[in-house]
Amino acid sequence: MVDQTPPAEGHGPTTGNLVRYREDDAVDHGAVTVDAFLAQTNASAVRVEPGDDARELIPHLERLALIEVNFPAFGDGRGYSSAQILREAGYEGELRAVGDVLVDQVAYMRRCGFDAFDPDAPLDEDDLEAALSRWPEVYQPAADGRTPIWNKRHA
Amino acid sequence: MYQYDQYDQQMVDARVEEFRDQARRRLEGTLTEDQFKPLRLMNGLYLQLHAYMLRVAVPYGTLSSMQMHALADIADKYDRGYGHFTTRQNIQYNWIKLEDAADILADLAKVEMHAIQTSGNCIRNISSDHFAGAAADEVTDPRPYAELLRQWSSFHPEFSYLPRKFKIAVIASDTDRAAMRLHDIGIQIVEKDGTLGAAFYVGGGMGRTPMIAPCINEFVPLDQLVSYAEACLRVYNRHGRRDNKYKARIKILVHEMGAEEYTRQVEEEFAHMLKRGIEPPFAELERIRTYFEDPLFEEGASADIDRSDPDFALWVDRNTVAHKADGYVSAVISLKPVGGIPGDATAEQMHLMADLAKDYSFDELRVMHTQNIVLPHVRKADLHALWTALDEAELGAPNLDTVEDIIACPGLDYCSLANARSIPVAQQISERFAKNGKTEALGQLKLKISGCINACGHHHAGHIGILGVDRKGVENYQLLLGGSEAEDVSLAKITGPGFDEAGIVDAVETAADVYLRERQDGERFLDTYRRIGMTPFKEALYG
Repeated sequence: MVDQTPPAEGHGPTTGNLVRYREDDAVDHGAVTVDAFLAQTNASAVRVEPGDDARELIPHLERLALIEVNFPAFGDGRGYSSAQILREAGYEGELRAVGDVLVDQVAYMRRCGFDAFDPDAPLDEDDLEAALSRWPEVYQPAADGRTPIWNKRHA
Repeated sequence: MYQYDQYDQQMVDARVEEFRDQARRRLEGTLTEDQFKPLRLMNGLYLQLHAYMLRVAVPYGTLSSMQMHALADIADKYDRGYGHFTTRQNIQYNWIKLEDAADILADLAKVEMHAIQTSGNCIRNISSDHFAGAAADEVTDPRPYAELLRQWSSFHPEFSYLPRKFKIAVIASDTDRAAMRLHDIGIQIVEKDGTLGAAFYVGGGMGRTPMIAPCINEFVPLDQLVSYAEACLRVYNRHGRRDNKYKARIKILVHEMGAEEYTRQVEEEFAHMLKRGIEPPFAELERIRTYFEDPLFEEGASADIDRSDPDFALWVDRNTVAHKADGYVSAVISLKPVGGIPGDATAEQMHLMADLAKDYSFDELRVMHTQNIVLPHVRKADLHALWTALDEAELGAPNLDTVEDIIACPGLDYCSLANARSIPVAQQISERFAKNGKTEALGQLKLKISGCINACGHHHAGHIGILGVDRKGVENYQLLLGGSEAEDVSLAKITGPGFDEAGIVDAVETAADVYLRERQDGERFLDTYRRIGMTPFKEALYG
């Protein structure tokens, strides 16, 4: 299920480090800014920066196939809320974390609804596998839809 | 008290293995220090002046005897035979090796403990009233709500990279023993028309810009508690400042946005959260509550105390607090011996406190934010035996809430952020007042010392506060008056120019003397200050 896309030639739409957890084909063109997206009508890929309001995209989710959420620095956690908001609004297209995306954050990113990662530096495959299989349970609901412990206790 | 089931245990065990793997990658060099730092911080591991410091979570300040024994064993095995109880009801060890950290976490996991989220820009360990479940004035035990929020906030995927750290306190009485309104979120469980709900105070804090949290919702139904907290956090995560770490706490957001606008956004998000349906089943709260039921108090326990020993009688008067059950008190073990280091306890003392809790307090202990230990449920008939054992171990200081019961941060003796030492100042002040005999006359006088502007020693909230600063390379101490962390919350004000180390001890005594001269019947230091204002103190200090 993991699709390790080979490095793109020249200025491709990805860094070459793309990891996807989706069955469909990756969008093959670059994402535009939120402002550019809202100003035009034909783009199907958009990039959300930390300061952008993800809710502005909600009226247009139907025609989006890819939303990139940029993490210029891994410690800036606004992108997690952006992802949650988009999934809560029903977005089902690709949600890709890009930028300073490190293996120690990917488990939380998956929980918030990201299903693709295109990090600046490649993720070690074994570390990635370990990170995503580590947590047997979850305490709270999130966009991944996993059943929280507190529901399992009273099932 | 709360006990883990297999789920809680799995989660803590998984965390130990995660950290072991991260520490390995750091030691191998595949993780840079910049990348490792937030990961180790979320496991309570700081790099201090001389060594790593590990902060262990004590959820809502409650410990079993077995857990206290385990904390003592860690002090012996991995540290230098002592630990330091903190102003957020946790314990920290100051001399830890990175190579040992995962093993310590594994030892903690065996007694249902951890260091999860005791640091870092995430939701920290949740604090509560140290007399919870014992206090005569509570509407309910606040700890089940703190436990529910502990679960909700543990490994929260959306709120683990917040703009800044996030501290929550939960209380359930009008008397505030947890500095609730000086937290990022303070929750008071209240009763309205026979129903319990949660009042939310958001945007308080100390640090370099102290703020008292405004109430943003007076009554959140208990079956919407998690949704409301999630709404508060989401607004903060999205809009809290990230351009300047000193302006990144939620208090700045609430202040700059205005409490009204912040509340409006929270309510909007809350309406959305209710539709998401993220609330735990109410049965979960019921399940948690069963762990906090009263122990089997002895019916008709004797209320008589033999006061023939004056030292014992003084300790009873100063260090025991009314209990909801007849014939019982909560007994405070002072970790403030005259000339000692506030909050420090040796491994032997921890073992003894654990044994005494087993013998006299239904196996339970509490850590106070004032860096003392409580045995919450002690029969009055057992007090003399308890006091005798404490006194022999230098744990019998009769000084709760007196000028000798000083809160102090670790300061420049340990901390890499500090500008000045706190511990020697605390030691000299307690020695001064023990010697001049004024402690008794001064009554309740809360003195709090921070070694830098980050205010870990709560100096803003001291009746008398001391702030250590660096003045051209020399330690200098500012004096503040009039703060309170209690239900009469207020922020202390600086008296004027600072003092050197000897001068600050004199200045505290000078301020105390102004109070002794000016006080009227029944007034505490704080009451007198509020009545007469700063001027008489300034005249005495600088005049």
